[in-house]
Amino acid sequence: MDVIQWIKQPWPWYVAGPLIGLTVPALLLLGNKKFGISSSLRHICAVVFPSNISFFKYDWKKEIWNLFFAAGIIIGAFLAVSFLSDHTPVQVNGKLVTELSGYGITNYDHLAPVDLFNWHSLLTLRGFIVMVIGGFLVGFGTRYAGGCTSGHSIMGLANLQGPSLVATICFMIGGFIMANLIMPFILRL
Amino acid sequence: MEIQTVPVIKDNNADFEVISLDTIWNESKLKHPWWYNLKYFVAGIAFGIILVKAEVVSWFRIQEMFRLQSFHMYGVIGSAVVTGIISIWLIKKFGIKTIHGEKIELHPKSFNKGQVYGGLLFGFGWALTGACPGPLFALIASGALVIVVTLISAVGGTWMYGYLRNRLPH
Repeated sequence: MDVIQWIKQPWPWYVAGPLIGLTVPALLLLGNKKFGISSSLRHICAVVFPSNISFFKYDWKKEIWNLFFAAGIIIGAFLAVSFLSDHTPVQVNGKLVTELSGYGITNYDHLAPVDLFNWHSLLTLRGFIVMVIGGFLVGFGTRYAGGCTSGHSIMGLANLQGPSLVATICFMIGGFIMANLIMPFILRL
Repeated sequence: MEIQTVPVIKDNNADFEVISLDTIWNESKLKHPWWYNLKYFVAGIAFGIILVKAEVVSWFRIQEMFRLQSFHMYGVIGSAVVTGIISIWLIKKFGIKTIHGEKIELHPKSFNKGQVYGGLLFGFGWALTGACPGPLFALIASGALVIVVTLISAVGGTWMYGYLRNRLPH
């Protein structure tokens, strides 16, 4: 059994999930930090353009660990794609393949579909909605909800917080509505 | 009538990830040089590798999840939560301290309408982009450079929330 070969394959959920879960105690033990990535977006606002808005006027230097963590994610992802990947196309459910081919999405070589996420597509209505409006909703929604998948769905649920369960359920409801009821129209644009 | 004992500032703080806004929390007394933050950089590297290798940053995997076409994402998030629950239970049970000898403190979150409205809006964005904030960083590094635009837009969304915050229902 070649360990390197195994690592280069996509990892199954029962390996990746517990490792992601261990991020919670790791950050607590390293310095009492609560796992949550969306606040990095707030810190970027606080550093770059606080604009005299009280929500961004705080001592961001005390929260700088969060930006170090985000920078680490960038490097880690780069290392994983460059050195720990066998570059096989993403394997997905056949039904999804059929549906997406109807929208002209047929390339599975990258984690994000290049048919949708490319510079040219950014200038189309479809690409603009997916990349720009979508990104805006991620930033606005996570801060309004007070956390994202990591802060609420993993850290909050791990600490048995009711508000985090409410938030997580709403994340899922929003996702189900968008993916099943609205996106078929957007992706046809 | 319930007696109001909680400082006003806590009522205004619907955001639980920024500690320095909430004066009633005990801040660490320890002062470390900046490079102590490199430990979080290393933790981030490990996390970034896992995100990519588990394909949870893949737009395709998110579409599958929201169409109930694969167990993968549910397995990842579910087992991550169980691991987190067990870890926090152990930390509390044995009073485990940080590597610097400080007591580990966890704070309760309170309900507000933002978890519903914001949660739904984030759900829309998650399905569209196939990414939450962590994966946005990871995807840029995975070669999808155009996602820089999505990240900038997400920062813009966060800024707009801060700008409109006092006029939004909480």
